[in-house]
Amino acid sequence: MVAFVISRLLQALPVLLVVALISFALFTFVGDPVAAMLSQDASLADRENLIRLLGLDQPWYVQFWKFVGNAVQGEFGLSYRLSRPVSALIAERAPATLELAFCAAAMTLCIGVPLGIFTGIYKDSWVSRLLLTVSLVGVSLPIFVLGMLLILVFAVHLGWLPSFGRGETVQLGWWSSGLLTVSGLKALILPAITLAVFQLTLITRLVRAEMLEVLRTDYIKFARARGLSNRSINFGHALKNTLVPVITIAGLQLGGIIAFAIVTETVFQWPGMGFLFIQSVGAADIPVMAAYLLLISLVFVVINLGVDLLYYLVDPRLRAQR
Amino acid sequence: MNRVARFLDSDLWWSFRTSPVAVASALVALVCILGAVLAPWLAPHNVLDLASVDLMDAFKPPFTEAGWTLGSDDQGRDVLSAIMFGGRTSLLVGICAVLFSTVVGVTLGLTAGYLGGTVDALLMRMADVQLTFPAFLVALLVDGIARAALPQEVHERIALGVVVFAIGISTWPQIARTVRGSTLVERNKEYVLAARVIGLGNLRIMATHVLPNVLGPVLVIATLNLGLAIITEATLSFLGVGVPPTQPSLGTLIRIGNDFLMSGEWWIAIFPGIALVAMVLSVNLLGDWLRDALNPRLR
Amino acid sequence: MLLEVKDLRVEFPTRRGVLTALNGVSFSIAPGEVLGVVGESGAGKSMTGAAIIGLLEPPGRIAGGEIRLEGRRIDNLPLAEMRKIRGKRIGAIFQDPLTTLNPLYTVGRQLVETMQAHLPLSDAEARQRAIGWLEQVGIPAAAQRIDAYPHQFSGGMRQRVVIALALCAEPQLVVADEPTTALDVSIQAQIIALLKRLAREQRTAIMLVTHDMGVIAETADRVAVMYAGRIIEIGPVRDVVRHAQHPYTAGLMASIPPLDRKVERLAQIDGSMPRLNAIPPGCPFSPRCPHVFERCRVARPELMPAGATDAACWLHDQPGASA
Repeated sequence: MVAFVISRLLQALPVLLVVALISFALFTFVGDPVAAMLSQDASLADRENLIRLLGLDQPWYVQFWKFVGNAVQGEFGLSYRLSRPVSALIAERAPATLELAFCAAAMTLCIGVPLGIFTGIYKDSWVSRLLLTVSLVGVSLPIFVLGMLLILVFAVHLGWLPSFGRGETVQLGWWSSGLLTVSGLKALILPAITLAVFQLTLITRLVRAEMLEVLRTDYIKFARARGLSNRSINFGHALKNTLVPVITIAGLQLGGIIAFAIVTETVFQWPGMGFLFIQSVGAADIPVMAAYLLLISLVFVVINLGVDLLYYLVDPRLRAQR
Repeated sequence: MNRVARFLDSDLWWSFRTSPVAVASALVALVCILGAVLAPWLAPHNVLDLASVDLMDAFKPPFTEAGWTLGSDDQGRDVLSAIMFGGRTSLLVGICAVLFSTVVGVTLGLTAGYLGGTVDALLMRMADVQLTFPAFLVALLVDGIARAALPQEVHERIALGVVVFAIGISTWPQIARTVRGSTLVERNKEYVLAARVIGLGNLRIMATHVLPNVLGPVLVIATLNLGLAIITEATLSFLGVGVPPTQPSLGTLIRIGNDFLMSGEWWIAIFPGIALVAMVLSVNLLGDWLRDALNPRLR
Repeated sequence: MLLEVKDLRVEFPTRRGVLTALNGVSFSIAPGEVLGVVGESGAGKSMTGAAIIGLLEPPGRIAGGEIRLEGRRIDNLPLAEMRKIRGKRIGAIFQDPLTTLNPLYTVGRQLVETMQAHLPLSDAEARQRAIGWLEQVGIPAAAQRIDAYPHQFSGGMRQRVVIALALCAEPQLVVADEPTTALDVSIQAQIIALLKRLAREQRTAIMLVTHDMGVIAETADRVAVMYAGRIIEIGPVRDVVRHAQHPYTAGLMASIPPLDRKVERLAQIDGSMPRLNAIPPGCPFSPRCPHVFERCRVARPELMPAGATDAACWLHDQPGASA
């Protein structure tokens, strides 16, 4: 088990290094950090001083090493756009994104997976057909269009829910939570639905496809030939075998939710990391972009590690190899 | 039997004819494509010609005035015409991106599957790494990095190409994996071995023997990818990091309209949104049908 | 009779019309009897087995005839009723042991759940019996191996587990569909011997579907020969092997290399079995038959007494005739 985790971590390292290299290259070759940090009337001596101070006169691999060292400590310098430490900016925005992503992920998994299983088992019932058609509409509905529609109906016309922002937040240490106030929860509803619908419909379709695949296998047919009950076949044998690919899918979905949080946050002006990132891309704010890039890679690596671990627990064939 | 007659007798055509959903979505897709391609000739107004746009025409509500069926936007542009021209850009970017990713994916997949060994391991490792990240994020990052890295005037000139590249590169691993899988199966079949024995070159064998056998699944993925590419482009443009404002796509129109949603001019955003969804939905339905038709086992 | 199949007809609706995969198949199996079913692939032998256990792949369906188990019709039972028959009254063995066991459950769990689905057993009793079954089918160290997963067994061992699963609820009939085809030649004989021994001990009848005449000759009491969705000859195994009455069976037997003498050249039957959508009128074998005559091309022969067996061949419709 420990060996398994370590081997997976070692496999994830190259991914992180590549991303770090890209971030570093962004820092070094794009734009001019010195110009960005100096005032207009600085002298040439000031400039050279700063270059030495920032270590920009050293060979690239020394700079890269320093970059990695800083990154590990969460040190990414100042945002060009906001002139504040990037780490502080991100720490400020992270809770908003995480709360949004968590709610959307919970909705996706709790609704999408059961729907997929249902439509897989009862593939010929009219309910399944209806759900599948509706799900295709969901997959074809771009997130921002859905967000707009929801705003139009529930914020502009009905006036029930706010169209932007997080509402009131409560400070729990450094974490600012919107989950504890009524206005915070109300503000969360529309963005969470917007973010969840696409992933939810996608996961329904994928789980259904996996379920159908498993139901066609010989061992399910053999289980029927042994006279086991439908319940035990569908929810025992078939479901457990479906779980293995579904874990991968769910991992990917989680990644998708974090990626599409960028869009949702923009539509609802949700003060999270994704909104920050898009504003940074617009303003070529490299330090923030680089930090976001690294952070999000780390998140994906962690998700993948979790997926691998779950695999390991579900599938005895993997356990046996070790 | 000639080719046409053979096609009309084929299972594929039969399953198309008997599927009302497939026929309906093909019709919608056709309307979208024709409207987009023929926009310069069919559209009531040329929205790309700034001289013909008059601020006096701004904010006309829909269904009130002839020639302005779907109303006008804040600049006095006809929304219907803008949709047709915008659809043109969306479709162009989508198709180019899918072509790009398909060519890259098929080439790399064939190479990896047919040659095997180190090449295979390297390519698939690359695909694995990229698949760690959602395709949309890859497209956004590639686009964002290009935006930051290229000098502004260079970027403006090739912005459309950058978007095509960003979207295309974000979906190659999926195609490459599928093609590699099918190639591995085909490679060990006897006709390929026979072709090798009589001394045909690798390239020739791949092109004439292996490629035709992997086209079915590729066609399905490419169709579904087209829907995805159109959505991705629209999303990037909505975020303001997609196609340049001089060549507005449906996403750009929705971005503009989004600012007027709260003030009651809903049509500026909603009609392009409907057009976008209709386009993507019809493509997705076609792709879905195609997958079922080519894999009767899956029904 | 334990099992009676009468005039069974299985159809597959397709876009170009309905394909008849089985047509007028009739036979019966006595308690404890081993009936071999042979034929080329596509002749309908596996489908006959699937129809009996009620597991035809959709869109295939039983379109006519009846199947009776101890006199009671089972081809039109509601799903819940049929479930009580599967496993409990009729067991099944599939071809590929690598894919018939659920990879995520231990073999013990699969045995226990099968027994508990049909027999009133406590967990401890069921487990005890499961170990007993694994011992019976020749799995060494059964008490430890019971908690192993299928992938920890070899192919031959897995087929032994499958046999235990098929027999553990003590059915009266086992439908064994090509039980040795996917196995190494060296293991095939062991599996067949095991199946035969257990069937004798349990007084279980077996319907043994295979394309391997050698297996049939060694195992079966009677044999049914299938061709293009029909039984064309059925009779005691010795008579079918030694004195085949249908020209197709005769050709089939002549194509098996004899062990006791040398032959210059093995006989073969020219041509191939017709596809289901192109079965000729009259006798389906007539285009390939060396003894074909006018009547064969226009009228379809039913099974009729011929020597010691029954054969569907017009050659036997004349008094005193033989092939």
